[in-house]
Amino acid sequence: MAAFNLLKIALRNLLRYRRRTLFTSSLIIIGVVFVLVFVAVTGSIKGLLIGQITDSMLGHIQIHKKGYVASIDNLPLTVMMGPKAVETVENVIKTIPGIEAYSPRIKFGGLFSNYRETTNIRLNGVIPEKELDTVPLLPGRIIAGKWDLAKGNVLIPELLAKGMDVNAGDSIVIIATNKDGSVNGKQFTVSGILESVTGPGGRDGYIHIDDAAEILRMEEVEISEIALRLRDIEMMPGVHDALTEALSEERNKAGKPMFEVHTWEKLSPFYNIARMIDIMTFFIKIMLIAMVLISIMNVMIMAVYERMREIGTISAIGTMPGRILSMFVLEGLSIGVLGALAGNILGCAIIYILNLSHITFNFGRQTGLVLAPRVQGEDLLIITVIVLAVSAVASLQPAFKASRMEPIEALRHV
Amino acid sequence: MELISAKNLYKEYKLGEVSQRALDDLNFKIEPASFLSFVGPSGSGKTTLLNLIGCLDVPSGGSLTVAGADVLKLDRKERAAFRGRHMGFIFQDFNLIPVLTVYENIEYPLILVQNVPSEERRRRVLSLLESVGMMAHKGKYPDQISGGQKQRVAIARALVTAPELVLADEPTANLDSKTAYMIIDLMKAMKEKSGTAFIFSTHDQKIVGAADIIYSLEDGKIVGRKEMKKHGSI
Ligand SMILES: Nc1ncnc2c1ncn2[C@@H]1O[C@H](COP(=O)(O)OP(=O)(O)O)[C@@H](O)[C@H]1O
Ligand SMILES: [Mg+2]
Repeated sequence: MAAFNLLKIALRNLLRYRRRTLFTSSLIIIGVVFVLVFVAVTGSIKGLLIGQITDSMLGHIQIHKKGYVASIDNLPLTVMMGPKAVETVENVIKTIPGIEAYSPRIKFGGLFSNYRETTNIRLNGVIPEKELDTVPLLPGRIIAGKWDLAKGNVLIPELLAKGMDVNAGDSIVIIATNKDGSVNGKQFTVSGILESVTGPGGRDGYIHIDDAAEILRMEEVEISEIALRLRDIEMMPGVHDALTEALSEERNKAGKPMFEVHTWEKLSPFYNIARMIDIMTFFIKIMLIAMVLISIMNVMIMAVYERMREIGTISAIGTMPGRILSMFVLEGLSIGVLGALAGNILGCAIIYILNLSHITFNFGRQTGLVLAPRVQGEDLLIITVIVLAVSAVASLQPAFKASRMEPIEALRHV
Repeated sequence: MELISAKNLYKEYKLGEVSQRALDDLNFKIEPASFLSFVGPSGSGKTTLLNLIGCLDVPSGGSLTVAGADVLKLDRKERAAFRGRHMGFIFQDFNLIPVLTVYENIEYPLILVQNVPSEERRRRVLSLLESVGMMAHKGKYPDQISGGQKQRVAIARALVTAPELVLADEPTANLDSKTAYMIIDLMKAMKEKSGTAFIFSTHDQKIVGAADIIYSLEDGKIVGRKEMKKHGSI
């Protein structure tokens, strides 16, 4: 009953100073809306970009022989996984839940010739179905020709096609040196041309894994990397740790670990951009905190100052200091509740409208990515908790001052 | 036993280095259910004395017992609780809570100072509304009623906890003289009805005649005590 009455008094005081209440809560509403929309929009952009990178190239997680990633730019042919090692990894993959697909790749650098000119090319030898399951957006990058990785076919990157004046359907030759130094070449038909993507692997060509083994004259197939796709990207840290743990038991003859496990974050410089977005979000949340803190503290200091005589009165007639404190904290908190509630509703409405208006944007050479900002329940919760906690903290100081007032001094106040 | 007893009571205000005696060596006893007034010119110490009796301020020395409690021994919180239990206050500026209705203002001490069940609250508030003649205005807010009406509400609020003592520092100073007499009469009637002691201060010689006992203050000292014929003490 007492609590209800304190709340009643607090709310009526907010109504009594309607304009000021409206102004303060508007500030909070603006802050909440801003944070909510920012988080949803950047989250959507980030998700799309990460999706592009993981689902059309990298996969979520990659497993290599220990030491591969350190010299990944050279596509070394000496740090590969033989059939037994691959079997070991496959067995481990089966024991860990959440892995949807995996694709073994032979990666190598070679020469690309159109019979008139020659240039460098980086290639992935893959099992087409497995690659498709692991990076389902890869065919989406084909801008000419089609997704066909039958033996004898090659998908080449756009830059190469332009620079060498090669079109889908043309014949080309790929020449490569294997790890023993022996050179070999093979003729291919260009079945498709791939749009480039920023970052490692974004300008690679693709051939069938058997063709790769043939060019490199492999007696038994050796694999450069195994790319994994998870059911949900949120599971990445857990799966990464589980894989690392399980594979760390595999040692070579020297007793050193045989494998290394990396998430896409460790493999793509884009991760730093994603991190920057997170840091920006963090600072915007700090701004929200500052905004709520300053506006509520300001309005509550004013409230205490204006109602000095009232404080003196209720204190004189025996209201305990704790009650007076609660009365003012409730008042500040109510503004926070109002601001958080209205801000969340308005923010969701704006995000809903953004979704309806189908805003598109481009990423590198990827065009027409549709912005689909999503409100996460978690974000609503975090923002609400921030606003409420900060409102309470901001009213605490003025409320404490009110509760400590000597009644005769407060009563003398004009 | 007396309700209030003061012995060699004094109060000093420190003004920088020098301290000034606002009350000096007061000795008096006040019986329960008194209707008593302190009179004196402005600056004579009336407010200071009522603040001490009302446990709003602490004496500098001497002894002061109110409703069985040694006021000098109470700390801040205990004084607040003590006021809530034993006293009611009427202010010169009425001091109703502007966001509460007449009814809610009277009910306030029963909810936020004491913890009285709702049925009992209703009974007491309605009965007081009736006694102070404000039943018709119970839903109004303070800014919708006159000064005299506000003071009636304040009287009801002061009495709703059934205190032993109501303190009123110049309760009529902001009222015209006709309303002032009515308020003093109402206080007296309420005192008769409830048995609560009323102590009020005034510098208005006409008002003071209504009191049963009149103490005259001058420069912080009691310079006279007058007992009206009808009532002495009980
Ligand atoms: N807070 C204070 N600080 C210093 N002096 C005060 C204070 N309150 C009252 N006084 C002084 O104490 C004396 C008595 O004041 P007060 O009790 O207000 O008299 P009254 O209510 O009879 O007008 C006056 O001289 C006044 O100036
Ligand atoms: Mg005075």
